[in-house]
Amino acid sequence: MAEAKVKYDRQLRIWGEQGQAALEKASICLLNCGPTGSETLKNLVLGGVGSITVVDGSKVEVGDLGNNFMVDESSVGRSKAKCVCSFLQELNDAVKAKFIEEYPQALIVTNPSFFSQFTLIVATQLEEDSMIKLDRICREANVMLIFARSYGLTGFVRVSVKEHTVIESKPDHFLDDLRLNNPWPGLKSFAESIDLTVADPVAHKHIPKVVILVNMASEWANSHDGKLPSTRQEKQEFKELLKSRMIAMDEENYKEALESSFNVFAPRGISSDLQLIIDDSAAELHCGSSDFWVMVAALKEFIANEGGGEVPLEGSIPDMTSSTEHYVNLQKIYHAKAEADFLVMEQRVRNLLKKTGRDSASIPKHTIKSFCRNARKLKVCRYRPIEEEFNSPSLTELQKYLTDEDYSVAVGFYILLRAVDRFAANYNSFPGVFDGGMDEDISRLKMTVVGLLNDLGCNGQTLTEDLISEMCRFGAAELHAVAAFIGGITSQEVIKLITKQFVPMLGTFIFNGIDHKSQLLFL
Amino acid sequence: MADSATSRSRDLDKLLLRPGNLVGPSFEPGPELRDDLRDYARVLVVGAGGLGCELLKDLALSGFKNLDVIDMDRIEVTNLNRQFLFRLEDVGKPKAEVAAKRVMERVNGVNIVPHFCRIEDKELDFYNDFNIIVLGLDSIEARSYINAVACSFLEYNVDDTPREETIKPMVDGGTEGFKGHARVILPGITPCFECTIWLFPPQVKFPLCTLAETPRTAAHCIEYAHLIKWDEVHSGKAFDPDDPEHMQWVYKEAVKRAELFGIPGVTYSLTQGVVKNIIPAIASTNAIISAACALETLKIASGCSKTLSNYLTYNGVEGLHIKATEFVRNKDCLVCGPGVLIELDTAVTLRKFIDMLEEHPRLLLSKASVTHRGKNLYMQAPPVLEEMTRSNLSLPLFDLMGKVSRDVVHVAGLSSMDNKKASSMRKLRVAFKGVPDGVTDMDMAGGA
Ligand SMILES: [Zn+2]
Repeated sequence: MAEAKVKYDRQLRIWGEQGQAALEKASICLLNCGPTGSETLKNLVLGGVGSITVVDGSKVEVGDLGNNFMVDESSVGRSKAKCVCSFLQELNDAVKAKFIEEYPQALIVTNPSFFSQFTLIVATQLEEDSMIKLDRICREANVMLIFARSYGLTGFVRVSVKEHTVIESKPDHFLDDLRLNNPWPGLKSFAESIDLTVADPVAHKHIPKVVILVNMASEWANSHDGKLPSTRQEKQEFKELLKSRMIAMDEENYKEALESSFNVFAPRGISSDLQLIIDDSAAELHCGSSDFWVMVAALKEFIANEGGGEVPLEGSIPDMTSSTEHYVNLQKIYHAKAEADFLVMEQRVRNLLKKTGRDSASIPKHTIKSFCRNARKLKVCRYRPIEEEFNSPSLTELQKYLTDEDYSVAVGFYILLRAVDRFAANYNSFPGVFDGGMDEDISRLKMTVVGLLNDLGCNGQTLTEDLISEMCRFGAAELHAVAAFIGGITSQEVIKLITKQFVPMLGTFIFNGIDHKSQLLFL
Repeated sequence: MADSATSRSRDLDKLLLRPGNLVGPSFEPGPELRDDLRDYARVLVVGAGGLGCELLKDLALSGFKNLDVIDMDRIEVTNLNRQFLFRLEDVGKPKAEVAAKRVMERVNGVNIVPHFCRIEDKELDFYNDFNIIVLGLDSIEARSYINAVACSFLEYNVDDTPREETIKPMVDGGTEGFKGHARVILPGITPCFECTIWLFPPQVKFPLCTLAETPRTAAHCIEYAHLIKWDEVHSGKAFDPDDPEHMQWVYKEAVKRAELFGIPGVTYSLTQGVVKNIIPAIASTNAIISAACALETLKIASGCSKTLSNYLTYNGVEGLHIKATEFVRNKDCLVCGPGVLIELDTAVTLRKFIDMLEEHPRLLLSKASVTHRGKNLYMQAPPVLEEMTRSNLSLPLFDLMGKVSRDVVHVAGLSSMDNKKASSMRKLRVAFKGVPDGVTDMDMAGGA
């Protein structure tokens, strides 16, 4: 569809056709369609997800008109799920939109198998015990889950999936894979074919930095027992040597070589992050291993054998000052090496698939290719079950947050967001919902907080009076601007989870709408 | 007053009607605050694009009733993945008008006045009428212009402290892909856009010799076709990035050049991206940034919580990074400072003064229009105004300013700072030599 391509042009430039195809295949279920949920879905519908199902049992009240753009005067008294769903449908007719008029907390109990049909569940404004039940259901059914809640000037977002693996993490800044500290024979012989001492000044200033650095590094190694510069002084001397070879002040290629000289000094081999991944127990394959871990196992073999301690070459080079001819040749050399590494990797993947009893062609070529290109950037994200976090949060982290000025308000809100659910379970409404009885609610909430902190192992600790009163002032209000913020964050994380691109957030995000010192808490 | 629980301000009332300890210094909770916000607060949204659409919705649902929106663009198909107030059948219509209409249709009681024009087309007074200006823009030039306008209203006391009632707060948002920022600018107190201009490094351009002699990347081939070949072939005809035939031509030329040099990667999509300098944009990032801006606008107007101090960044590429940074003002800032001091003889005519602005090393301002206390002394455009004010050119500025010893004038024109011409607005402190303070005609007449 040419029109869809134009319509989605600005996002295709971010996640490409593959990311878009993943979105269009996804079916999303929203629980509760107040402003937080509605705004989350709005952003996803605009982006073109395959289908949405809105679950909400409530009717639209006048108060909802003040915080939810998806309902209007004519909606009052009607099913909120239906009204929100029909507005969302207006935004993008390529999306299949339906609604179910039922209360999510009831559905979780009466029909747990309902959730297994979806790619991902967005659960908004749920209370603690429903969260715990839903989390168990989704983990069991292998359905991705994300929780979001807005509450006055605070709120949280929490992803909950057993494991999320990313090949295309697309980091902003990442070192180019140039192998200047460990050039393969093909690169070395190409570099040697170019004479750094060429007399023609035009030719001299168009030798690419890669060639300069490879040749100078081997010159250095020849006079230093085969070693590359490693001490501070040696690095300085190497740079001086580079400078001494310039024949004019304006040689951009030499300036670039100087700036990139750290590539020559960088340690060989793989990063500690990648080491953790290949050492992960999931890389010991069994018949149920995912494609990702099969490829990691192949990568581990590659590094130990053909790679000589390195991953498959990425194969692309950044722009650099050069003649067109040198640059294009250099591109071909990098590309050819990457292709050769890929073929080895592919063979290893096919063998491992066979070994684990799977069809050896079951991982497509382009996936293996993408894996090779991104081998240095792989990411594995795992999330604790909500129940575990709630019952036994990391006490050392919790204590650290409580005493750290930058975290104290955020962790305070984390405790309070849990305390209000206990409060509601005990007193049948959230603190400060009604205008009368504020003082009583404040002291009750304070007691609840002390009790909760005790249960978590922080005996005798409490939160500031100001923060507790503030939480009561909020009175469980769902403010539109806060809901739009939380909904925006939530939809962003959903996109990352579905496209399997970029890196979703870890931990629990706590929104601090007072001074914007929001934080991620790892409990 | 309707019962809070059954009114449409059910949720907002919790914040506006109840006292708290973590609030702004000016906070006076109560129904009057809510009603004043609704009846008297006027907010201008600059831009009706990705951020603007969200901002109008967010503000309309945050207690504001009187909104204006200004945007010169028309709706395009590529807007529809995020500018949620627009539909396919709206393509070609003015953004400001459609956005205003859609929000008014859904949020009862909100009044949004659309302005389908360039920001430079409005007089200074237009901007001064708003309590807060919220910016949802994607260009540095437009931000810089509005910033200068808002800062031009700022007046200083004799001890160089800003006069509070002249501070025009701005809230500014910006996004690119999974990244964005939201900031609060209180001119004279927190850094203005110009104080921290280094946050927006200029876009790097390819050297022409690379394009002409040593192309290496697909982008080099595209820019060769766009910047060099086009002019060679179409003598005199300007390239129009919005004309699909022009774009096709550039694409085909770029492909030819890439083939000639053996360079891979030229596509039509990349051609558009390079030529139009397209910034990738998605709904979720715009939603996050706009919501932060709307929340700060509500806080500035009501004092119901502390204000962001003063720059918030969001980055969702790898995990989630949100950070508030407190930047500091540049005390010598040309835009939000007390203004460049210009000392003049009382005999200097307005024409001479305008010529001086072009030479002044800190201004380099050509084609200047001059206003004093809201009165047009000389206007370059439109022709009617030019004709009406032309006779002032030969009069001494001292006389035109009411024979005061010193005062502020506003000048608008083209600045040529950093070898780049841009519309700009400057505030100047004019002092006349040999005229003692305090014995002016104005004072004699009892004026202030
Ligand atoms: Zn400034």
